[in-house]
Order: sequence, then C-alpha cells, then structure tokens
Amino acid sequence: MSDLSSAFGTAASLILHLDADLLEIVLLSLQISLLATLFAALIGMPLGAALALYRFPGRGFIVAMLNAFMGLPPVVVGLVVYLLLSRSGPLGPLGLLFTPTAMVIAQFMLAAPIIAALTQQTVADLNEEYDEQLRSLGAGPLRAMRTLLWDGRFSLLTAVLAGFGRVSAEVGAVLIVGGNINHVTRVMTTTIALETSKGNLALALALGLILIGLSITLTFTAQSIRDTAYRHYH
Amino acid sequence: MTQPTATIIELDSGKAAPEQEQTCKSPVLPLVISELCYEANQQRLLKYVSCTLTAGNSTIILGPNGAGKSLLLRICQGLIAPASGNISWSGLNPVQARPYVAMVFQKPVLLRRSTAANIDYALAARGVPRKQRRERVTEALELTNLNHLARRSARVLSGGEQQRLAIARAWVTQPEVLLMDEPTSKLDPGASYAVEQLISAIRKQGTKVIMTTHDMGQAQRLGDEVLFLNRGRLLEQTPAKIFFERPQSKQAAAFISGELLY
Ligand SMILES: Nc1ncnc2c1ncn2[C@@H]1O[C@H](COP(=O)(O)OP(=O)(O)O)[C@@H](O)[C@H]1O
Ligand SMILES: [Mg+2]
Repeated sequence: MSDLSSAFGTAASLILHLDADLLEIVLLSLQISLLATLFAALIGMPLGAALALYRFPGRGFIVAMLNAFMGLPPVVVGLVVYLLLSRSGPLGPLGLLFTPTAMVIAQFMLAAPIIAALTQQTVADLNEEYDEQLRSLGAGPLRAMRTLLWDGRFSLLTAVLAGFGRVSAEVGAVLIVGGNINHVTRVMTTTIALETSKGNLALALALGLILIGLSITLTFTAQSIRDTAYRHYH
Repeated sequence: MTQPTATIIELDSGKAAPEQEQTCKSPVLPLVISELCYEANQQRLLKYVSCTLTAGNSTIILGPNGAGKSLLLRICQGLIAPASGNISWSGLNPVQARPYVAMVFQKPVLLRRSTAANIDYALAARGVPRKQRRERVTEALELTNLNHLARRSARVLSGGEQQRLAIARAWVTQPEVLLMDEPTSKLDPGASYAVEQLISAIRKQGTKVIMTTHDMGQAQRLGDEVLFLNRGRLLEQTPAKIFFERPQSKQAAAFISGELLY
C-alpha cells in the first residue's frame, strides 16, 4: 500500500519536474503518432472519398482490405510490417526495422484504414444530399469531391482524431517493429509495459497519467468539434 | 453634383451587361419535349409528355402533389434520364444545356459555408475568373436583399432567406432559363411574397422562368402559360388567362374548383 502511494508520489514529481527521460519518451511518442496520423489522413481521406464516389476495378478488394485491417489486433499489423521490413523481407534492404520510421509505418497502417473508412461513410452520406445540387451547379467530379471533403470537414476532423486515438494508445505494433530500445524507439505504451514488468511503477504511472490526459483531451476536442459543427452547419 | 449622374450610368451599364451576355449565348430555347416517359420501380411516373416551351413568357407547371412536376424539371436539368421519348434544348441535350439552364430545387441544398460563398461557388463551378466573381456575388446579394447576411453561415438562415439565397445562387450565372420547383411551398405568406417579388423581377429581366407550383394564386400572379400535369400526364398547355377561365380538361376544372385529384 505504501509502495503504491510512494510510486504515485514519484510519478507526480516526474511529471511536475519534467523529468528528462519522461519528456523524451512523451515527445517521441507524440512525434511518431502525429506523423503516422498525418500520412494516414493524406492517403486515407482521398482514398475514402474515391471509394464513396466512384466504381473502379479493385474497389471491392480495397474495401475488403480496409475492413480486415480495421478489425485486426495491432500486434498482427505489427507482425505484417515486421515481415515487410525484416532483413529477408521485400523492404529489408532499407534497414528500417527497429527505427522510429518503422513505428510510423506500423501506426500509419493502423490509422489509415480507420480514416479511410470513416471518410467513405461521411462522403457517401453527404453525397446523397449534395449530388444533384452539385451537378446542377455545374461542378465536375473533381470539384464535387473537393466540395464534399470540405463540407464534411468537421466529421473528417473527428475521423482523424479517431485515427490518432487508436495509434497513440496501442502497444503491440510499435513494440514489434520498434523493439523498445532505450533512447531510440521507446514510447509511452511500450515503456509502461516494460517498466511495470520490471516493478518500476513510478515511471509507468507517470506515463499512464499522461496517456489518460491525452485521451480525455481527444474526447473533449472531438465533442466540441461536433457541437460547433452542429451550431453552424447542421 | 455630378456624382449621382455617374452612379446612375454605372447602374444602367451594369444592368445592360447580362442582356448583352444573353444575346451572344447559344440559345437553348425553344425547349421541345416529345413523348417523354419516366419509369421507376416498374411504375410509369411520366406518361408521353409532349410540349414546346418558347422564350419570352413564363411557364407554370401546375398540378397536385405527386403529379410528376419535380421529375419533369429534374429531367429538363439532365439529373435523371427518361425511359423513352425525347427532350431537346434547341438541339442540345439537357446535360449540354446545363450552362444556360439553372435550377432551384424543391429542397435546395445550401453548402456548409457562408451565404456569399454559396453564391461564389456557382460562379467558380462555371469557370468565372475570381476577379469578376466578387462583383457579381455582390450584385446577386443586392438583388435578393441578402447583403446583411453575406458572412452568415447559410445553414442557419431562415426558410425565406435560404430560398432567396438558392435563387441568388441560380441567378448569378445569368442563365437563359431558370427552373424553379415549388419555390414558396414551405414559406410563410410574408416570405412567399418576397420570393414572388423576386421572381417577377427576374422575369422582367428577360429570363425564361419555368416553375412548378400547386398554388393557383401564384400561378395566376406569375404565369403567362400553364402546363397542367396530373398523374404523370400533361393534360393541357394553355395561356394562363384562359386556363383559369375555361380549363380544357375536366381534371383541371376539378383542380381549380378545389376538388382533390388522385
Ligand atoms: N425514385 C422514385 N421511385 C419511385 N417513385 C418515385 C421516385 N421518384 C418519384 N416517385 C414518385 O413519382 C411521383 C411523382 O413525383 P414528383 O415528381 O416528386 O411529384 P410532384 O408533382 O409532387 O413534384 C410520386 O408519386 C412519387 O412518389
Ligand atoms: Mg415536387
């Protein structure tokens, strides 16, 4: 019991004094997850919009892949990326395994399907409402797609937040492809797993508290985006 | 002292511009529709509609709910394709004619942006250069009395304001023909009056108005000729005066006397 309360005390002081190790881990985690989410949004949003608006060869396959990847546990996605990047894998020569880049790739694979699928849903719903009006105004297919993405901007922002939420909270994929190397690929979730198993509860607790704060912030932001959107543009 | 004169000249030349523009446009009138049928779910919803609509007058498509008025306008705009029959905007098909034919929907979809941006969008979609757009947007806002709401998001406007915005957005591209689907059906009397005034003004500029309604008073106020549509059939095309005094079909007579038709 006193062990636990002293762990809490140390955790609080680590956070309050901006402990150097703690800060390094938090910043690396945010950097990796933000980059992965950015790339996932850049690819996932146009892909989702195209899937909502056009029938093209390979469309069914892509939709099936997206759904499969969304349902997979992150460790399995990590395994797939591991196999791609491992020495004997197709991307082995790039030497990316156990680097932050590998972690960005793994998280990208986790975030992109969510963002693409939510975008597809948003754009398809909006297109139902907009299609005839936009054609009547003389908008071509490309302008129509841009319009749907822009007018769906609030829903799309929450889709991106959902993608970020998934990757910043997951542990399996980054553990496999990053290797949890101190000062190189150690992020919040993998550090929590390691330090807890070592019995070093203070650092694990400090990171856990930060993750909880991040999660609450994300939820709160998503909610206020929805409220703003409803007030102005329902 | 010379200031007011200059303003008047500017206004005059501003008003003349659209007409000049119209004369160099490829004309899409007359609109010739022949033996037009539309089907959905194995049901024939428009049945052998034939008519010719010419420039210089306004056409009211009158008929009870479910007659097929909206379907007919959407076919004219090339949004849905007929099952059979022909429709020709002076040789152009409805999609080719779209640059000259604008439409105000029964439920207009306002984009999730400001009032001014909604009007600007129509010009951008038609390829009008950015430099010319601002002035034309202002002109449309003035015509529809929406200047004070230019920056407001379109989705929070009142019903009447939304309808005037939809008309502004259609009018701003200076179409030769303006299709309007029951433009006042969801408005209160005051807002309806404002919209009717607006439609009268647009008519007087020489724009061909083709408008559906189930409101007979409105048909009399705004229509030069009446097409009477009932259960997918065009039962008559008559000058408005004659239609209301001596309807040709017994269905039209029943409709005018207020008996329900289905
Ligand atoms: N896609 C559709 N499928 C089946 N029936 C339809 C469809 N669109 C319209 N209808 C039917 O066609 C008829 C005419 O519709 P509409 O043109 O909207 O009538 P209105 O004269 O009131 O504008 C109605 O009975 C309507 O239910
Ligand atoms: Mg209708």
